[in-house]
Amino acid sequence: MRRGPSVFNLASVILGLAFLYAPIVILVAYSFNASRLVTVWGGFSTRWYAALFRDEQMLASVWVTLRVGVISATLATVLGILAAAALVRGGGFRGRTVLAGGVYATLVMPEVILGLSLLLLFVAAGLPRGFWTVTLSHATLTLAYTTVVIQARLATFDISLEEAAQDLGCPPWKAFALVTLPVIAPAVAAAWMLAFTLSLDDLVIASFTSGPGATTLPMRLYSQVRLGVDPKINAVSTLLIGLVATGVIAVYLVQQRKRT
Amino acid sequence: MRRGRSGLAAILPFLWLAVFFAFPFILVAKLSLSHTVLAIPPYAPRLDLSQGLAGLQAFLAGLSGETYGRLTQDRLYLDAYLSSLRIAGLAASLLLLIGYPIAYGISRCPPRTRQALVMAVILPFWTSFLIRIYAWIAILKPAGVLNGALALVGLPPVEILNTEAAVLLGLVYAYLPFMVLPLYAVLDRQDESLIEAAQDLGATPLSAFWRVSFPLSLRGAAAGALLCFIPMAGEFVIPDLLGGSETLMLGRVIWTEFFSNRDWPAASAVAIVLLATLVVPILLFEREQGKVLR
Repeated sequence: MRRGPSVFNLASVILGLAFLYAPIVILVAYSFNASRLVTVWGGFSTRWYAALFRDEQMLASVWVTLRVGVISATLATVLGILAAAALVRGGGFRGRTVLAGGVYATLVMPEVILGLSLLLLFVAAGLPRGFWTVTLSHATLTLAYTTVVIQARLATFDISLEEAAQDLGCPPWKAFALVTLPVIAPAVAAAWMLAFTLSLDDLVIASFTSGPGATTLPMRLYSQVRLGVDPKINAVSTLLIGLVATGVIAVYLVQQRKRT
Repeated sequence: MRRGRSGLAAILPFLWLAVFFAFPFILVAKLSLSHTVLAIPPYAPRLDLSQGLAGLQAFLAGLSGETYGRLTQDRLYLDAYLSSLRIAGLAASLLLLIGYPIAYGISRCPPRTRQALVMAVILPFWTSFLIRIYAWIAILKPAGVLNGALALVGLPPVEILNTEAAVLLGLVYAYLPFMVLPLYAVLDRQDESLIEAAQDLGATPLSAFWRVSFPLSLRGAAAGALLCFIPMAGEFVIPDLLGGSETLMLGRVIWTEFFSNRDWPAASAVAIVLLATLVVPILLFEREQGKVLR
């Protein structure tokens, strides 16, 4: 029997969550504030959203960011499935420790180091900096996260299902694609979402590896934030939060349904 | 899948990490040893393999430690180095102090609530990091939400934005989920009967916690602290947006050398120093994660 939470336990959880959510709530609330000042409530208004949709530069950045996010998340998820399969199943092979080491090192590596080193790679390879260099860099950054998420799910997958398929004459890759993949699909979807979100969010690596014509949304937000608080940023942030929250909750609900 | 075959699946991610993660570090190391002759790449010396061994010798002879020499002469770099470690260490300790009660509180809740609470801790992490830090500017700035609230209850305003306190607050805020989750993972797996045994033997709930639960959760605490400390030591966005000009951190130095001073060799040298410092924490973290994997 587990003891119930004490008053102290409840208080720390509630305070902790309040700390995590307060800034987000304030941000969303002020995106609907008619006044430009944060301390003054000028009534409910959607004027910042209207202003946002007239800002073509901002919209162009949103478009670049979404494309980078979709392509890099897909790349990272495919690589993540392969890496996770190798880490969970390939108990014997030698490169396993090295691969795991590489994955965890990417996970904690400060972004400035990753950004700088990727930039030097692209310069050395003579690749023009722009859309594709950012996409490749984001796939590298998020590969570690997709691997960890998919690996956690794959570790609890009953391998005998796949073995049964193979005993019935199914080639290994086909057994994986037809038997395992559908079962772990919610985790794969969660991994993709996570990679997409991280890509949507990244400022540092994009700044290092991007070139003219491929200014991502975080890069534009950053240059505007440095100039001061602009209510339009609240509006675009609220839209982003809404987009991601919808996606996350959808994946969560699908997972819950699968379980029951 | 039969053992051995699945190694094949590793080839693609392996190559990817080799090309995009491992190999670039060699380029950074090389550039950090180059001369700052020109403000644009390529920097001397260049490795010319077409000349065979002579080319390699010429390359090695051309390497220079002058950039590292400059790092030791300017106090700025040493100060930034020390304050990066100090701020990241302080933030990691604060995270432990704040994250532990939260993780412990969650682990004491009924199972269904626990799941929802873990989800609630993860969810903010899914919303843009840059935006959440930006929200703190609106809260902390002199005419911001915090001072507005303080004025309402008749308290004097505080000036936090552009100080080290704001950087610590931002770090704790941004990394809290990374501390709570590993802690919760170990606390949740703990065998409840151990606590009951301690209490049956006459331990008060507090001493049972202190002498049984707490020591058993240290592994999660170490994992969480490392998971936060390593990236925090190189953090750029938080010190840049919330800290003042005097809050120097290495991530910011690398950024400034690269983007403002266009001194690529200096940025590379600082990156190598940061990397060398983080090697031990990274290896410790991998050892902990390796244990979880097995």
